[in-house]
Amino acid sequence: MQLKQMRLEPRIRVPFVLVILAPVVSIVASFVLCAGLVAWSGASIFEAYGLLLKGALGSGFALSETFARATPLIFTGLAAAVAFKSRFWNIGAEGQLYAGALIITVLGTGMLDLHPGLIIPILVITSAVAGALMLLGPVLLKIHFGVDEVVTTLLLNFIVLLLVSLLLEGPLKDPMGLGWPQAEPVTEAAELPRLFQGLRLHAGLLLALLFSFIMWIVSIRTTLGYEMRAVGFNQKAARFAGMPVKRVMIITALISGGIAGIAGFSEVAGMKGNLTLDLSPGFGYTGIVVAMLAQLHPLGVIISASFVASIFVGADAMSRSAGVPSYIADVMVSVSLLCMLVSVLLVRFRIRWG
Amino acid sequence: MNVVKRSEIDISEKKPASEVVLRLRGITKVFGSLVANNDISLELKSGEVLALLGENGAGKTTLMNILFGHYIADSGSIEVFGRPIQQGSPHAAIELGIGMVHQHFTLADNLSVLDNVMLGTEPLWWFSSNRRAGRLKLEQLGERFGLRVKPNARVAELSIGERQRVEILKALYRNAQILILDEPTAVLTPQETDTFFETLKKLVSGGLSLIFISHKMQEVLAISDRVAVLNEGRLVSELKTADASETELAQSMIGRSIELPERKTLKAGKPILKLKSITVMPEDGRSALSSVSLDICAREIVGIAGVSGNGQSTIADLITGLVEPRSGTLELHGEVVNNFSPRNMLQKKVGRIPEDRHSQGLIGDMTLAENSISECYQDPQFSSYGWQNKLNCQSFAENIVSKFDVRGYSPNSPVRLLSGGNMQKLILGRVLSGNPQLILANQPGRGLDVGAAAYVHEQLLAARENGAAILLISEDLEELLQIADRIAVIHRGRLSESYPRESISISQLGLLMTGQQKKSITNNHAIEADAS
Amino acid sequence: METSIAWLEIFLNASFWVASVRIATPLIFGTLGEVICERAGVLNLGIEGIMTIGAMAGWMAVYQGAGLWSGLFFAAACGGIFGLLHAMLTVPLGLSQHVTGIGITLLATSLTSYVYRLILPEVNSPPRIQAFEPLEIPGLSSIPLIGEALFNQSPLTYFAFISVVVVSYVLYRTPFGLAIQMVGENPAAAEAQGVDVTVIRTVAVVCGSAFMAVGGAFLTMSAFNAFFFNMINGRGWICIALVVFASWRPGKALLGAFLFAAFDAYQMRLQQLVGTEIPYQIFLMMPYVLSILALIVMSRRVGYPQALMIPYRKGER
Repeated sequence: MQLKQMRLEPRIRVPFVLVILAPVVSIVASFVLCAGLVAWSGASIFEAYGLLLKGALGSGFALSETFARATPLIFTGLAAAVAFKSRFWNIGAEGQLYAGALIITVLGTGMLDLHPGLIIPILVITSAVAGALMLLGPVLLKIHFGVDEVVTTLLLNFIVLLLVSLLLEGPLKDPMGLGWPQAEPVTEAAELPRLFQGLRLHAGLLLALLFSFIMWIVSIRTTLGYEMRAVGFNQKAARFAGMPVKRVMIITALISGGIAGIAGFSEVAGMKGNLTLDLSPGFGYTGIVVAMLAQLHPLGVIISASFVASIFVGADAMSRSAGVPSYIADVMVSVSLLCMLVSVLLVRFRIRWG
Repeated sequence: MNVVKRSEIDISEKKPASEVVLRLRGITKVFGSLVANNDISLELKSGEVLALLGENGAGKTTLMNILFGHYIADSGSIEVFGRPIQQGSPHAAIELGIGMVHQHFTLADNLSVLDNVMLGTEPLWWFSSNRRAGRLKLEQLGERFGLRVKPNARVAELSIGERQRVEILKALYRNAQILILDEPTAVLTPQETDTFFETLKKLVSGGLSLIFISHKMQEVLAISDRVAVLNEGRLVSELKTADASETELAQSMIGRSIELPERKTLKAGKPILKLKSITVMPEDGRSALSSVSLDICAREIVGIAGVSGNGQSTIADLITGLVEPRSGTLELHGEVVNNFSPRNMLQKKVGRIPEDRHSQGLIGDMTLAENSISECYQDPQFSSYGWQNKLNCQSFAENIVSKFDVRGYSPNSPVRLLSGGNMQKLILGRVLSGNPQLILANQPGRGLDVGAAAYVHEQLLAARENGAAILLISEDLEELLQIADRIAVIHRGRLSESYPRESISISQLGLLMTGQQKKSITNNHAIEADAS
Repeated sequence: METSIAWLEIFLNASFWVASVRIATPLIFGTLGEVICERAGVLNLGIEGIMTIGAMAGWMAVYQGAGLWSGLFFAAACGGIFGLLHAMLTVPLGLSQHVTGIGITLLATSLTSYVYRLILPEVNSPPRIQAFEPLEIPGLSSIPLIGEALFNQSPLTYFAFISVVVVSYVLYRTPFGLAIQMVGENPAAAEAQGVDVTVIRTVAVVCGSAFMAVGGAFLTMSAFNAFFFNMINGRGWICIALVVFASWRPGKALLGAFLFAAFDAYQMRLQQLVGTEIPYQIFLMMPYVLSILALIVMSRRVGYPQALMIPYRKGER
């Protein structure tokens, strides 16, 4: 008997259909794989999934909720996509988001008394700077000491969250907050306008779309984008060709952290109104899934963020009516990440036995 | 070439070679569109040295990897001592008495010699490893075959020659009866090769049968009993070494006659590069340079010979701008260079052909167009105010593709699809289109088929005629003697003076490569090669 | 004046040493597990999630009526299953170990929450179980300071110490350990010697993950007696840093975990001493800051497995 061994063979030509099909197949696979878990809760699978879809897309309200939920995910997904494309593993978008939210709370709750046309750009920039600075340490440690950025960015998430907790119980505590650890709301001028009357969807979405578009143009049309791709694909060759590898890595990290920081601004100024400890239910980590589902494409991030958001929003609705714990959304999203990793591999390689 | 005479190692007279120990039948292996092995049938007899001769890419290594179980053949069967072998399992091959010395040593640097040898020799579920017995057996084997090594030494501390001994001992330790040697002499000096051949003689007289893979004709003629020649995946001829002639073998190996590049005698011009007693400290896995001095003039190719790991890659890194000297100066066009960065070197008109096309020269996932501008993407024609001019990139790449005969792919194909030869042509095009005054060519012909290598050599000679100074680093002495004007030899970070090509022979180069001074070269055979 | 002596007195208090050893225990398991994985060349960032699922699984099994030791075994098995998933994705398929590991952590964490809510839909505070009792080793436990710290601990703590010895022995003294080291250093060499890289790496990741899960289970089955969300709280990531600090050696992992835990125990006592002058969050940040500092200090040391994070694809051309 011959023992057949598995081997991966690179495809010479990758059909474009497969590239598009990969995320679709992974999403379907995650629905199928999670069906058992849904059934375990006693709910009917089709009914539960139906409720999920309806809860996410079934009405104007549902759509508004889904895209409001997608907004921060576009930012964090974009942050991960930009960094991962250059092989810089920024797992710290969560912390960067809070850093951005923190600076908004300091500047936007009355310290700056300016016209909305002026204060909003200032807050966007400062939140980006705050997020970027969060990543400056890890990138410098990686370049100069070879410290793995995964661990440093992860640990910084915990540090920032504790810092936020410290400030919310101290100097930034809202005196009107009935003792809850929450900050004062941002001033009216600093608020991002709602897009539709009575719905929570806010201008942060437009900002997110704008940034996706900018990052796409940067990636394919500019010299910086060229350098970033080169460094990501083959750092050694990039250095050999005379590219400023360290500078490119630092710039990439700053852009990535900056975009994640803006997510904090968008959530505080557009969604919640003030900074609390539960501002982000793991948007930073979910951003990684968003980026991978989009195959690190800046425009793809918009689609994958919308998908992931619809799962979360739909699962909330489903859990209310079908009694399936809403954590099913997190499970489905993480399963789709793992499925996506495999399907991307199958797009690039062919599995051969023997 | 300075190798042992065939008559000295003729074993077939001492021992009748008749029993077939290994039989390959109709082996075929296809990788994508490449037929690596096409219906190959071969036999190996007991106590015989079978040479497998062929160019790079002829399918020798694939065939042996199938035999040793790294790959599974698409069709065909293998019998060892009359028993069919389960394919795709090195373990099964080892069990049946096959041992393989890989071209790139398969040793773990951070583990000891004994660890490397003993791995996989004991059942994995054993509660304890019997290291005492292992050490004893290793020492006995070393004694018997003249392959002495220190069992407790870390592999990282060993020389290339010692590592090869460990590789052979690994096979012997597992009682290999058939030993496959994949290009074993590629990393050795001519003198080390002699010692190595002595070892092979001992192995054969100890009862082993050998398959010796090589693309070097002289070695094959010197060591083997029988030759099998592969060309483009087919077995094209199989004959007794005694009946073989060099020209005949060359013909069947290449399939056509080789033309040596035409080489005009030119008068060297002004000095372009001057290295003055440059010293580099060993760091980041780089080997050191101590007080290296060298001049290269316009219209001149200066070759650096040496066994790999003696500092040639550090010289390459220095001229590429990846490493800074600790002391000494580097002058380009009479100016001292203070800023060592790839960018600065490129601006000073230094073109670089790197040693490793895949990891250093090109970015596989980017397109031909993007790779063609990677050294000049900041020029105004490709970049203005941070925007990239895609049209100019495209036409620049098209120009290189047509001028340097990069076949079969559009400027928008990813580079990883290209064959080695086409990759090298692309790099050559990128380098030469910058009109460099100094060209660093680091192993430019390595891994290329004869045609592509000849093309690269032609282009280098043409650049020389146009007034460029060329530094050619190579481990292939024939390549050096074909195109270099002067040759210097590097050994343990020290560079010898350079000798005009007419005044130096391969054996003299070989002695220099082991660290001997040229003056002392009087009798080649009197001096035993320094195995370390 | 009083405080200046008090911060020294902490060291003389047996409870400080007891707490240090207790805090160290899950870190020892986690670091040991990660050492095994990384020695075989696979970075396992699933550690945070695997510890989480271990904590829930072991506790839940006991709550459902299983014995303590079988609950522990169940936790280890759950960890092993997630290790197997990580290994399947990163070893034969060669997927990015960074992204896959994060994916495993996300999956294990979310699955833990889902299953917990499914089994206990209505509870606000988790039910308690009868956890492991400290096991006093007669004679030895009466040695001052050290005796109580080392010989009056949970059986799981003794198990952690024994594990360090066993793992060291296996790694350095058995053919299997040599194979693990070799696939982490040079998988091609292991393959050429007839050792199946895929099998060895997979087994190593599964075993390592089982240890991680036991580390998580210690929290719910010994240190506390109930499961809370966010219970692991970055301990997994700290273990990743400790592996670097320990230069990938089991013995040093023990030392590193203990030093770290002692610091943690010390800062908790210092916190009580200082009172509210310094916000408690500052103290809570210390472990994370310390981990980053440890990474920086140890960054220049060599000794990491040469093939770490490099997928080995058999027969790739």
